[in-house]
Amino acid sequence: MRGNRLYRRDLLKALAALGGLAVSGCDRLSIERHTRSVLDAANGLTYRAQRLLIGADRLAPEYGEADISPVFRANGSTDPQDEAYRDLAGNQFTDWRLKVDGLVEQELSLSLEELRALPARTQITRHDCVEGWSGIGKWTGVPLSEILSRASVRPEARFVVFHCADALDDGGGFWVDPESIRYYESIDLIDAAHPQTILAYDMNDKPLTVPHGAPLRLRLERQLGYKMAKYLMRIELVRSFADLHGGRGGYWEDRGYEWYAGI
Amino acid sequence: MAAVLTPDTPGAERRYRRHAGLVRVTHWINVVCFTLLLMSGLQIFNAHPALYVGERSDFDHPTLSILARPSEHGIVGETVILGHSFDTTGVLGASREAGQISPRAFPSWITIPSYQDLATGRRWHFFFAWLLVPNGLAYLAWGFASRHIGRDLLPRRAALRHVGREVLDHLRLRFPRGEAAKRYNVLQQLAYLLVVFGLFPLMVLTGLTMSPGIDSAVPQLLTLFGGRQTARLIHFAAASGLVLFVIVHLVMVLVSGVWNNLRSMITGWYDLGKPGATDAR
Repeated sequence: MRGNRLYRRDLLKALAALGGLAVSGCDRLSIERHTRSVLDAANGLTYRAQRLLIGADRLAPEYGEADISPVFRANGSTDPQDEAYRDLAGNQFTDWRLKVDGLVEQELSLSLEELRALPARTQITRHDCVEGWSGIGKWTGVPLSEILSRASVRPEARFVVFHCADALDDGGGFWVDPESIRYYESIDLIDAAHPQTILAYDMNDKPLTVPHGAPLRLRLERQLGYKMAKYLMRIELVRSFADLHGGRGGYWEDRGYEWYAGI
Repeated sequence: MAAVLTPDTPGAERRYRRHAGLVRVTHWINVVCFTLLLMSGLQIFNAHPALYVGERSDFDHPTLSILARPSEHGIVGETVILGHSFDTTGVLGASREAGQISPRAFPSWITIPSYQDLATGRRWHFFFAWLLVPNGLAYLAWGFASRHIGRDLLPRRAALRHVGREVLDHLRLRFPRGEAAKRYNVLQQLAYLLVVFGLFPLMVLTGLTMSPGIDSAVPQLLTLFGGRQTARLIHFAAASGLVLFVIVHLVMVLVSGVWNNLRSMITGWYDLGKPGATDAR
């Protein structure tokens, strides 16, 4: 039937036009602020649902020695060019110290040797990059809870912020302030108290290499890779993110990624 | 499917209420969710366009990869499946973006957003995933409570014996008319069962398995699907299965009477044709 065929052609054209509209529309909607806040609601839901479902202490799966990735991909910063950092690395980090400050009763400044003398935990866990790939590594370090109990966190503190030595952008162009491109991350006190949340100094039984975050990095096994800050310099206890860089709690968060990365 | 017939006088058209309200509403919500989940999913895939088997990625031996490589004629798109390489320039691996061939696994016209932006792709994906699940659960709850699933979707034993003939009829584009059009045919029943109880649950469960948070709560998911990377591969395969279903579904809608089908999925009313009509066309 001729009539029907015409209808079909019109329908196909209409569907194609709708498709085109959807694509350009989604681009415009993606940028629009209101849409972003609506889409963000899903992330808030994910955070609350996972907190409810998982609870505070459920462990991430741990694996055996045979499962360790022969080559563990290093991405993000792999060779920080920061001058102070390069000096520290040149000296095998003997002058490096981890500072703990902010909303604590007792500020700390710990050398690598002092960290290694504290109680340690070793775990073989899977690292899931936000891009989609996974690697398995063996990590040894100090549980973050050990450090926080030594610093005595003040009751008004809500988040642990990790300040790092690396800067991902080259600092030219739009980002003029080198501090605004400095990597940083933050987690809540529930994840900070988790037994697998450690400050790792060893990977696969050897001291961390520079590409993997020497001398100290965060392992936060129930979240994605970008949360696990490398090249740690300072840990700060804060009430909110308002005064930190972009105000969203992390380097990638300031660039549109979710703060809670359990998914 | 309650049969409500208009007066059965000779020459009158017989209208039949084919789809219940809840089926229609959940169907169209599902159309929106699946479209946006697919397009944002391809955006997410583009961030690391390779699939692996097991818990971790063996970067040297992906099961599937869709990559770009330089050649003397410019960038070439290459799709590798189980070691077999295919040139897919223009569609997969390298395609036109803002006027020039750029390296990207899936082309910009099928991803949300069209430009490379993993963070925004994830936002769209998780938002519509949260919408998809209650929509599907509402359909299932209603489907069991109203016995729609048992009555309309489960094929009768007798019908299963006629699968062969049904396939032939479909290939000849001969579709039931009149009374026979009131029920789903056995191929429809099998396809819908596969989608409702196979592919969609598989999408949701493998999606959850990719979450490191969920893995700590339900590590059994990793055992069930053979590791996080296998879950990602199954997620991709099941999505491909759904795309195949949608293509066949749309073709069937088009060739078996597009307006009648669309009307019945929007208003519920399906035109059974003049009394005494046969399946002849």
